[in-house]
Amino acid sequence: MDRFLELLTSNYNYWVYITLMMIGLWGMIAKRNLVKKIIGMSIFQTAIILFYISIGAKEGGTIPIIMEPGGHGSAAQAVVRAADYINPLPHVLMLTAIVVAVATLGVALSLAIKIYQRYGTLEEKDILKQINKP
Amino acid sequence: MKVLGLILVVACWILLAVGATDFPRMGDPASPAALHVSPRYLEKGLAETQTPNIVTAVLADYRGYDTMYETTVVFAAGVSCFLLLRFFRRQAPPHTLYRHKPSGTVVAIQRGYRLRGPHPDLVPIDRDWAPHDPIVELASRILIPLIQIFALYVVAHGHYSPGGGFQGGVILGASLILLAISQDLRTAQARLGERSNALLSAIGVLIYVGVGALALALGGNFLDYGALAGLMHVDPVYARNLGILFVEIGVAIAVMATMFFIYRNVASAGALDEGL
Repeated sequence: MDRFLELLTSNYNYWVYITLMMIGLWGMIAKRNLVKKIIGMSIFQTAIILFYISIGAKEGGTIPIIMEPGGHGSAAQAVVRAADYINPLPHVLMLTAIVVAVATLGVALSLAIKIYQRYGTLEEKDILKQINKP
Repeated sequence: MKVLGLILVVACWILLAVGATDFPRMGDPASPAALHVSPRYLEKGLAETQTPNIVTAVLADYRGYDTMYETTVVFAAGVSCFLLLRFFRRQAPPHTLYRHKPSGTVVAIQRGYRLRGPHPDLVPIDRDWAPHDPIVELASRILIPLIQIFALYVVAHGHYSPGGGFQGGVILGASLILLAISQDLRTAQARLGERSNALLSAIGVLIYVGVGALALALGGNFLDYGALAGLMHVDPVYARNLGILFVEIGVAIAVMATMFFIYRNVASAGALDEGL
């Protein structure tokens, strides 16, 4: 029990993201409406983004902008300790991923619009019925 | 299908939750992710690029290829929205609506008839009778320039504070989308035409690739901004700082134009006349 509580307090963030990710996966698998599927995809992406950002966290670390003792551009350069700053790499990866996620969301929505113009519905069942009609 | 999906999702949840118990705890300074490449960036980044914001330095310099192709992905997404939705030949609508500005009444003009030249008091409105709200219009008119100034600050100050091309570009795009939402797509269309919008989004990617190719032409590697030092008469380390700035400007233009390009295509379902 103690081990479980310790895990719960130290690793709860992963379980939040896993839950969020599974909500997104559930939306993509089980929902029959295409827009709901797209929403599920966005929730999934958000879970991944949060997961990466939490990997970058460091106790006692500040944002990865190096503090220069004499102000910006001064000659005095202090020794930089990596432990003082959080990990910049996940931030870089997710920075681009967020913008790309919005762009792909746009593509997904335009596909949904095209499908709606062709079949007059966004329900998967009705679309399949129209496709399979002899 | 629903039951099968539920079983799959719950099974995945259990597998991942059990797997997560082996992960390092949150904020662990000795976690594997914090030990290998990021200390190198943090300790040497300022000396090598003169950019205190290590996120910007890694984004545009150390991982320049990655960011270049991410920008290309954004551009490609804009192009595919255009190719999917845009159409040019359309039937004339049954009627067009105009609002008489002084009185607020709406005039419908049937198909086959049209106004003889632009009338000073009649403004075209959307077919779904979007109500005219002077408060929203005035508020957006005051807010949009401030948002755009802030976006330029975010782009230009990305070296020293949180910010950079992607963030500033998204804020700029949001200001244009706000204009389209608060008034109508026609107003935004008059500010930034479709052709110049598409060109801007290509130019942004071109600036990025061009800076990389320029470094190649001057004897460095592709995207090795140190090679630009001779051209700009600065030392190679400061040339990296400037190279990052040029690249970020390219990213900002590409992202701004593409966000609005996607919006105008999706919101009007490819007709680009009215919508939302």
